[in-house]
Amino acid sequence: MTPLALLGVVSSAIFSGTSLLYATLGEIVGERSGVVNLGLEGVLLVSAAAGFAASAASGTPYLGILVAMIAGALMNLILGYLVVSRRANQLASGLALMFFGFGLSAWIGRDYVGAKITGLPRLTLPGLAGLPTLYGSLLRFDPLIYLVLPTAALVWWVLFRTRWGLSLRAVGEAPDTAFAAGRNPGRIRYRALLAGGLLAGLGAAHLSIAYAMNWTEYMTAGRGFIAIALVIFSKWHPLRAIVGALLFSGAVAFQLLLQSSGVQVSPFLLNTVPYLLTLGVLIIWGGRRRNAAPASLGRVYQGAE
Amino acid sequence: MAKVVKFDIPVRTARLLGFLTGAVGMGRWMKAGAGTQGGETLPRLSLPVLQVRELCKRFPGVLANDDISLDVFSGEVHALLGENGAGKSTLVKCLYGYYQRDAGEILVDGIAAPLQSPEEARRHRIGMVFQNLTLIPALTVVENVALFLPDLPVVPSLTEIAARLTMLGERYRLQVDPWAQVQDLSIGQQQKAELLKLLMAEARLLILDEPSRVLVPHEVEGLFQVLRHLADDGLAVILITHKLEEALRAADRITVLRQGRVAGRLTRAEASEDKLIHLMFETELSNLSVDRSRPAELAAAPVLELERVSTAARGTAVGLYDIDLAVHAGEIVGVAGVSGNGQRELADLILGDLMCAAGTKRLLGRDVTRSAIGAIRRARVGYIPEDPLTMAAIPFLSVLENMAITRTEHYARNGGWQMDWPAVQREAEAAIQSLGFAFSLTGQARSLSGGNLQRMVLVRELSHEPRLVVACYPTRGLDARSTVAAQKALLAARAQGAGVLLISEDLEELFLLSDRLVVLFAGRIAGAFRPAETSVMAIGRLMTGAGEAHVVP
Amino acid sequence: MSSRDRGRAWPRGLQAALRYVAMAVLALALFAVILLLAGKDPIQAYRDIFTSTLGSAYGLSEVFVTMTPLLLTALAVALPSRLGLINVGGEGQLYLGALFATWGALRFSALPAWLLLPLMIVLGMIGGALWALPAGYLRARGIVNETITTLLLNVVAPSIVAYFVFGFWHSPMDTNKTANFAAAARLPTLGGTRINLSLIFGVVLLALFWYVMARTRWGLEMRAIGGNPGAARRSGIPVARYLVGVMMAAGALAGLAGMAQVSGYYGVLLVNFSRGLGYMGFLVSWLAGGTPLGIVVTSFVVAVILTGGNLLQLTGDVPYAVINILLATTLFVVLARPSLPRRRKVA
Repeated sequence: MTPLALLGVVSSAIFSGTSLLYATLGEIVGERSGVVNLGLEGVLLVSAAAGFAASAASGTPYLGILVAMIAGALMNLILGYLVVSRRANQLASGLALMFFGFGLSAWIGRDYVGAKITGLPRLTLPGLAGLPTLYGSLLRFDPLIYLVLPTAALVWWVLFRTRWGLSLRAVGEAPDTAFAAGRNPGRIRYRALLAGGLLAGLGAAHLSIAYAMNWTEYMTAGRGFIAIALVIFSKWHPLRAIVGALLFSGAVAFQLLLQSSGVQVSPFLLNTVPYLLTLGVLIIWGGRRRNAAPASLGRVYQGAE
Repeated sequence: MAKVVKFDIPVRTARLLGFLTGAVGMGRWMKAGAGTQGGETLPRLSLPVLQVRELCKRFPGVLANDDISLDVFSGEVHALLGENGAGKSTLVKCLYGYYQRDAGEILVDGIAAPLQSPEEARRHRIGMVFQNLTLIPALTVVENVALFLPDLPVVPSLTEIAARLTMLGERYRLQVDPWAQVQDLSIGQQQKAELLKLLMAEARLLILDEPSRVLVPHEVEGLFQVLRHLADDGLAVILITHKLEEALRAADRITVLRQGRVAGRLTRAEASEDKLIHLMFETELSNLSVDRSRPAELAAAPVLELERVSTAARGTAVGLYDIDLAVHAGEIVGVAGVSGNGQRELADLILGDLMCAAGTKRLLGRDVTRSAIGAIRRARVGYIPEDPLTMAAIPFLSVLENMAITRTEHYARNGGWQMDWPAVQREAEAAIQSLGFAFSLTGQARSLSGGNLQRMVLVRELSHEPRLVVACYPTRGLDARSTVAAQKALLAARAQGAGVLLISEDLEELFLLSDRLVVLFAGRIAGAFRPAETSVMAIGRLMTGAGEAHVVP
Repeated sequence: MSSRDRGRAWPRGLQAALRYVAMAVLALALFAVILLLAGKDPIQAYRDIFTSTLGSAYGLSEVFVTMTPLLLTALAVALPSRLGLINVGGEGQLYLGALFATWGALRFSALPAWLLLPLMIVLGMIGGALWALPAGYLRARGIVNETITTLLLNVVAPSIVAYFVFGFWHSPMDTNKTANFAAAARLPTLGGTRINLSLIFGVVLLALFWYVMARTRWGLEMRAIGGNPGAARRSGIPVARYLVGVMMAAGALAGLAGMAQVSGYYGVLLVNFSRGLGYMGFLVSWLAGGTPLGIVVTSFVVAVILTGGNLLQLTGDVPYAVINILLATTLFVVLARPSLPRRRKVA
């Protein structure tokens, strides 16, 4: 296992994991306010398709990113309307949104299958310019990748250091108490979903515009559900999500690494490790009677909302 | 045609009249002295923070607060003492705006305050600490406090808030780690945090509803010191309790409530255990003649034996300690006590819903310490829970189906592929009739009135000749006729050889029906008697912990 | 409720019927708007859907083909829902059932159909039940919610299937799927259509579900648990045992659906063969209120939509997946619970 190979794994994980991390951050914001979005897969698909189409049509990727973000926000607002204003069951609404996303994304993207776009520029950090080309080529990341860590830090800061974040978390824990403290849970949930949608759109944009640079139906390949699992794994904490995203997306790359050292593990089995890990972590928590989930989210999972 | 002339009293005149009435009333009250037990209280020269005048609150079927008048001054700890059902909680919820009073006035600093919502109460700087704390467990103390601060900046300085909290904490001996998550704190510390939250919002009148219920003994002492400091600093504190010890130790003045009315007012100097108990409990028992003949076989083998049984305390609930209890066939054992002292745990334990942490439980001689509920039910144990709607009934099933769920095996045919509904119907109707009740078996259980639901549970649990009946407050919420019918049903069960454990707060009922009487206080049996050998006073004393020198852990 | 309360409200049955009609119209209108935006003629599209599905015998048979797995996956959600359990794991249980059945098909391909098929059925049900067992157990012990467990296991299942297919079972030509099943491993079909035997399974099991819930002792106990678990527990009903058992039964049903898909419909085990069948079952059950008759009707309607979507693709150069939009708008409308205009109740 050479340093180069290791670096290759890390680099691959970073590329693949950035979109996952953005989506996870968005879902964390939403779930912290008490809304779980099972339709995240659909949201990501629609954003990816819309962003890609906009990039292809306009010739500039930056417009595509913007469109993807807006699309994500709009999709989430549909969920918000159903869940907050109409008080619909969150799980069913999320799944309906997922199917909606399947269909809408296929339609938006139908003319753009196989289209070519100019992706985002790949840059190296100034200090690393002097590295030999092999290493250097693995460390050339696009701006969205560079932005993801600051974004995670920003999400953390907003959630834990601002009044808005405090209200949001209070709504996610105990909406009645938050209401007694003068907050409007419905409005806060809408705003949380809006922010979450923007972040999810950003993640989808990275996937279709910067990483894969194409569009195919169902191209997110389950990332939405992976993000939902990752939210649980990172205990609804933005900074822990960073590690988790690397872990979750590094699995396949890690398999290649193992193979090169002579260890034969099926990539598919390796793929299951993050989720089994999450389940394991949940079992351990459950045994200790301590629930890290936002309290009002539990009611969703029990069908009470 | 006569013209109807309406007299519109101008608003200002009305207010003036009201004020005059209030002033006159206040004067009269002050002259009349404090309560029926004699003793003059010195009228304070300052205006009371809170004045309650002839407050009434009615719920369907019960007058919870009847003509209550009360004054609370700043700088005093004022205890509201009374049994459950005496009206303390209701009164205080009216003060906090949770309930709308039906009559009477509330004056804050001499000015009428409608107090129609908790927000209004908060605006009048009244703060209340409930039995269910309103802190958010997953947030830190600082965050909880910050959430309720009126002018929180967009980027609040939590360190600043924490510093203020620490300062306040030192001042009143309410030290709590501001950065701790509420769920990591002990209940006692959570209470402190709740108090701090109210103090940060500059409350002047604090109401605490049975705060010691969730505290361990040394924490209780700490709490009293805190209350003292708060009062010395000029706040007014209302302490609701049913424990004499607390009232005598912590309060400057005590108002005793009984059955919705003010039974008496005493200062600490005037008060004594005896006087308080006398005020809290009615001493005359009405003479209901009920047939109490016992079956020939007296004191047969015990149906239920609890030997040194203890349970672990769950959260804020009480744990049982070293319970020795036996119920024999053909006898009614009454369990007296204020609810919250272990009654629920005792009933759950016997049913098998709560496991013993120590000790042995025997049913008809067989060790059932580890048995499941199903096995205990099959041994013909009936269980009447304290809240039938949430604990014993399936709301969306029909009443008929509800009657069958405790005995599905008995009614199953063809290995379970069919249910013998005609038999269920037959037996249910017979049982209903024999008890003198009347309610429909069709229709969903949730459409039954509260009283009928109680009746349904009674019928179900008392039919089919149970060997042991555990009844928790079986006549709560029933009208007089049904109460008598239910009591007769319990006696009938006793007559056919069942052992009955009757948990009740109604001392009259307990004295009437029990062959033996035990008192449950703080999870222990505080005494066992025959009704003829004891008195309401003695039982009342034990129920309120007065029999003990200290609150024993 | 006194008549004074209802004011001028309309009779309850008529209200419900009108509500359904209104929702259907709203959903169709929403989709029509979307079609218009894309430059398609909605009337033509709807007419095509109708004729292609209900207008011909073959079209109708295709509807039944699509409907078949939905019956079972919806039942896999409806059964546990009677106890208050939420089973979103149909997808994963489906895959595991298919996996186990495929193993049987490949391993015992020499057996005659009358032995092989029952074996595969049993294997499929075992696979699904095993996949649901952790969720049931963890929920019964109060450790993890079954919603989360089943969701996580859903993500894991396709990977496990892929592992086996790629690793051991793939056909020489295509690593994405196994070799074609032997004829003995295929569920028989009806006449010249593609409807397979599992349609009968679905209908029979739904009828059985109805009977068990309404008439048997176990149905009563299960309904008690669903209505008030605490009261059921105190009545002596073994709640934990039911929670685990019912989840396993639900898994078995979804596993059966998976077996039926690979044996009856595809004839191979294809990696990622399910495009949300399990989730679709969840939605069908939810829409139908968990009732057997409702499931039959709802899955029929959904199948019409899905099958008709095929034709849209062929004639309108719209991808098949777009039909999901119509499905979703129907769901949105139901979820949003629009109510008929009614006089304000007299307080």
